[in-house]
Amino acid sequence: MGWVTRAISSSLGKKYIMALSGLFLVIYLVIHLFGNTFLYAGKDAFNLYVETLTESSLKPVIRVIEVVLLLGFLIHIYDGIRLTIGNWSARPNRYAVKPANPQSTAASRTMWLTASIVFFFLVVHLQQFWYTYHYGRIPGVTMYDIVVGTFRDPLYSLIYLISVLLLGFHLYHGFQSSFQSLGLNHPKYRSLIVIFGRIYAVVIAVGFASFPIYFYLMGGK
Amino acid sequence: MSGNLNLTLKIWRQANRTSIGKFETYKVSNISTDASFLEMLDILNEELQRKNQEPVAFDHDCREGICGACGLVINGRPHGPIKGTTTCQLHMRHFKDGDTIVIEPWRAKAFPVIKDLIVDRSAFEKIQQAGGFVSINTGGVPDANAIPISKEIANIAMDAAACIGCGACVAACKNASAMLFVSAKVSHLAHLPQGKVERFERVEAMVKVMDELGFGSCTNTYACEAECPKEISVRHIAKMNREYFAAKLKARNKD
Repeated sequence: MGWVTRAISSSLGKKYIMALSGLFLVIYLVIHLFGNTFLYAGKDAFNLYVETLTESSLKPVIRVIEVVLLLGFLIHIYDGIRLTIGNWSARPNRYAVKPANPQSTAASRTMWLTASIVFFFLVVHLQQFWYTYHYGRIPGVTMYDIVVGTFRDPLYSLIYLISVLLLGFHLYHGFQSSFQSLGLNHPKYRSLIVIFGRIYAVVIAVGFASFPIYFYLMGGK
Repeated sequence: MSGNLNLTLKIWRQANRTSIGKFETYKVSNISTDASFLEMLDILNEELQRKNQEPVAFDHDCREGICGACGLVINGRPHGPIKGTTTCQLHMRHFKDGDTIVIEPWRAKAFPVIKDLIVDRSAFEKIQQAGGFVSINTGGVPDANAIPISKEIANIAMDAAACIGCGACVAACKNASAMLFVSAKVSHLAHLPQGKVERFERVEAMVKVMDELGFGSCTNTYACEAECPKEISVRHIAKMNREYFAAKLKARNKD
């Protein structure tokens, strides 16, 4: 099996891993956003959704999915760090004049930066919701209460808002980039991937951004 | 004819591989707008030699835009501001009187500076030597159409073969990645029947050497495509990605 490790350690192999783990997380974000929209259906609907996932017979399945999801994140992050370090060391001496970078998007040049900020947000986010719900709540307090209570805090709402917008920025490049890394670039469908990816990034960013805005303006009801 | 140019040049000077370089400022005056960028540097060098100063070292050969020897980063852009142009084919009419022009060498770990604006691009040769060829003798000229190749495929292969190996893609890439160069070579040969025979061994060997030489990976910013003097498409990078994947699954070796 040595050829597998050698293959995924090559510059191209690292990009396959980056693309595949990225697309896996792209799918997860859709499911996450869909689940969150139950917040708009009211307290009971959202709590029923959360309890179906965490307290019904589905629970073991969800635990397995959580582990897979965690692995997806860890692989994406680990591979990203490996790539970034390699890329930085490939140019030890910088240019005196900032490169003009025609054609390249700001999103494509700042993937490591948006990734780092989203990572720190992810840690705070998991602590705030996942950890609090599972290990840190007073009995009787529901997930809906935790969400509403959290978004009452303007600072957290702002951090959430900025982070999901940066996530959208990350996805704006990441979506189409992953197809290119996997070699899926053909004049027939290239523009379709690019346009769909941009719409996807906007939907994800605006979708998630709507929660702190809505609940903060509602004043925690 | 518009008036001649007076320019301020900030040029990277570095005595050899190990010394620490720095920018020197020079003035050139009365430069014809019909002069090429390299001719402008020739004029500067003649002046420096008259003053018994060391001329600025830069690479050049054909001065017709086809050999790939020249290459300078001019105001932050490999081969200067004009699309699809090598440094030698860049003309001074694209600059204005009184401009300050910053001239730097390609900057990449895999392309160490030898002197001033000349970098060592033998890394590209090493990648080519690893597999960028067809390893049978070509023999005499074959009969026309003895090997059928469709027009579309011939066009794609020809577009890739237009790569002159100048290294502007590496210079333009924020990761100093050689993907556009290597993919042009891989894609060119992988599209043609003569090259298909060794396609898997070729892509595996060339990528391996590319990685060993310390080029970065591809972030798909596509800056390389925009700066390539031969306007090689990043579609060839996707092609290389497919070739490498197929090689890992189908090549007869166990690497």
